[in-house]
Amino acid sequence: MTPAPKTPPLLEARNLVKAFGPLRANDGVDLTVAAGEIHALLGENGAGKSTLVKMLYGALQPTSGELFWHGEALTIANPAAARALGIGMVFQHFSLFEALTAVENIALALPGDFDLAALSGRIATLSADYGLPLEPSATIADLSVGERQRVEIVRCLLQNPRLLILDEPTSVLTPQEAEQLFITLQRLAAEGCAILYISHRLEEVRRICQRATILRHGKVVAACDPRQETPASLARLMVGGDIHAVRAHRDVAEGPVRLRVHELSLPPDGPFSVALQDISLEVRGGEVLCIAGVAGNGQSELFDALSGERVADYAHAVEIDGLPAGRHGVNWRRKHGAAFVPEERLGHGAVPMFHLSDNVVLTRHAVDHTVAANRRVLRPGARAIADRVIAAFDVRKGKPDPEARALSGGNLQKYVVGREMDRNPGVLVVNQPTWGVDAGAAATIRQALVDLATRGAAVLVISQDLDEIFDIADRIAVIARGELSAAHAARDMTPEMIGLYMAGMDEAAAQAAGEGGHAHP
Amino acid sequence: MDALIPILLTIVTAATPLVLAGIGELLVERAGVLNLGVEGMMIMGAVAGFGAAFVTGSPYLGILASIAAGMAMALLFGFLTLTLATNQTATGLAITLLGLGLSGLIGKPFTGQPITRLPNWDGIDILVVFSFLLAGAVSWFLFRSRAGLIVRAVGDNHTSAHTLGYPVIRVRYLAVLFGGACAGLAGGYLSLSYTPQWIEGMTAGKGWIALALVVFASWRPWRLLAGAYLFGAISILAFTVQTFALGIPSQLLSALPYIVTIVALVIISRNRLMLRANTPACLGRPFVPDR
Repeated sequence: MTPAPKTPPLLEARNLVKAFGPLRANDGVDLTVAAGEIHALLGENGAGKSTLVKMLYGALQPTSGELFWHGEALTIANPAAARALGIGMVFQHFSLFEALTAVENIALALPGDFDLAALSGRIATLSADYGLPLEPSATIADLSVGERQRVEIVRCLLQNPRLLILDEPTSVLTPQEAEQLFITLQRLAAEGCAILYISHRLEEVRRICQRATILRHGKVVAACDPRQETPASLARLMVGGDIHAVRAHRDVAEGPVRLRVHELSLPPDGPFSVALQDISLEVRGGEVLCIAGVAGNGQSELFDALSGERVADYAHAVEIDGLPAGRHGVNWRRKHGAAFVPEERLGHGAVPMFHLSDNVVLTRHAVDHTVAANRRVLRPGARAIADRVIAAFDVRKGKPDPEARALSGGNLQKYVVGREMDRNPGVLVVNQPTWGVDAGAAATIRQALVDLATRGAAVLVISQDLDEIFDIADRIAVIARGELSAAHAARDMTPEMIGLYMAGMDEAAAQAAGEGGHAHP
Repeated sequence: MDALIPILLTIVTAATPLVLAGIGELLVERAGVLNLGVEGMMIMGAVAGFGAAFVTGSPYLGILASIAAGMAMALLFGFLTLTLATNQTATGLAITLLGLGLSGLIGKPFTGQPITRLPNWDGIDILVVFSFLLAGAVSWFLFRSRAGLIVRAVGDNHTSAHTLGYPVIRVRYLAVLFGGACAGLAGGYLSLSYTPQWIEGMTAGKGWIALALVVFASWRPWRLLAGAYLFGAISILAFTVQTFALGIPSQLLSALPYIVTIVALVIISRNRLMLRANTPACLGRPFVPDR
């Protein structure tokens, strides 16, 4: 399977350009991928990675440039053509159909006879062979995120791919599930399949990839062997400058308990929603408590219960500064010093069609007389706050007071976090503060969270990003299937222990596994 | 027993237009399109079918004309909502209003005219039999064939279907045309067989009941068939009770099927979990692909 020196590479892209109006998402990209290699594609959000792989998969057509497959020039008209060549892709936001079963999802991607029973047999054989356990008749909506990814991978493998593209595959996995994925990928590579691996987790790229191509602003800025680089040098290449680390937090605070959740249970509120079971936690003033967990384990349900979007039937289920808040709605909680930043910034945290100043009114109208008084909106006051937030968080925008949807993801997230910080809240609850945000904006937001705690606030951060959690947390708890583990001091926790909690193992098992483990640097 | 069979036959014939239009709309909604123009397509089918039968003297040509009229209205609906990506709710309402108005205009010369009725045996004609076969065929198509799987996939997640390389817009066009043909046929059944004459506004809300039945059936063909017969039974019951002169106002009894529609929808909607798990996730959402 090893190509002779003169054999052309499996896939080559030359001077690929993709323009969306005036924006050049890809601007003269060169890329070669050889059979049997695991090739990393690195870059910040918006660097053009997704655009590039969508062109390789036929989902987008290049504006100009050439593609070569086994040395022959060709165009890939659509994803079906890419699959016929032997190019498979596992998407970051899965391209699965939730209402259909696993085998139906897989059948949709395969040509040939339509025989679901025979296909189920092939799925069972292949998934056992590669250590990817899968129930063909399960409905996707009932599967965990890791299981859904397996469906996507098995779907690709059944097409005997020559090139497998994975878009941030580990962002949704527990550390243990990620390990299993690495084994599968290495086996595939050993069998001669090329793997194009998109990630921004530099440690894992250095571990499993032999080559890396780094994109910035749609251009290739470097091609290197990641094993010869350090995470810091790779990050520098991605960002084009140094990222300053979050300033270390002072000693663990001994402030009063400002946010307490006591035996909170809530039934699911939708078919794909998770029940919260007996959740208890305390956050003291001056500390950052992080809740880790794989997406879809009750994070948004917990956030809704804390913010008051769903009220509990027991007043002491949630206490803010000692006051029973469980049966009060979001405005009452805001009036008593709490602030909330939901996960979805466009549509939940901010109204897309509203100007930034109008978006101030949405979370301030009940608590700030400079924004709304006597049932009237005071626009100058709202505008002043918007300007203050924009200045404090360096929000980059085109016009003075643009609509929320006109901002990039990172800038809007800075604005939404900044809007709540500007109130100087006593309790801040934030869900996935830096999801899909570039490294520079993420560093700003994390620093602001730590600074707010230093000023005496209780900060509760729900996050899937372990690097972020170890960066800012004083204490860490893990949510799995709607249950919350006990919180431990961050310095006593390791990623492995968090992984065991994520898998839902009991505390004793996690402790035992953690013994002898190394603390996170 | 001898008394029961005529009653059952009346129920089945009363339910047939609901089955035809409902099964068509069920497939349309499975593909993710909300077509509120069913009533308009149905009445156009009724007037076109009657007109063709009146002019040519053949009820079979009338059937073909009613299918064609329903499909023509569906093509207009598809062009607006799929090609131009207009709002499906507003467009569907407009199609219904257009159909009601236009059919009244076209049908003026036919009012009070006789035609050759579609042959039947004790009320059972080919369309009644066909409606039953249609429910079975659509059920098989949706859950046993690759094409049906593609229709369900398009209705569940049009972005993913597009990414996999399926022609979302074309699939929806075909579904909408099928739905239009079924609605037109349902209208044709009314004017060629059920009440073989042309009366302005003769569909009398049956298109809306068919729409409600789709939700009532949670997008499953056999449940829709059962629901349609249930509604047929209720309208026959209302009709029969009037003859006993029990002092119940006849208007109230005539309104009974519509009242039951509302009550059934309220009961179904109360079970939010069940409803959300069954509703095609892309229902009513326009699809605009990337370049």
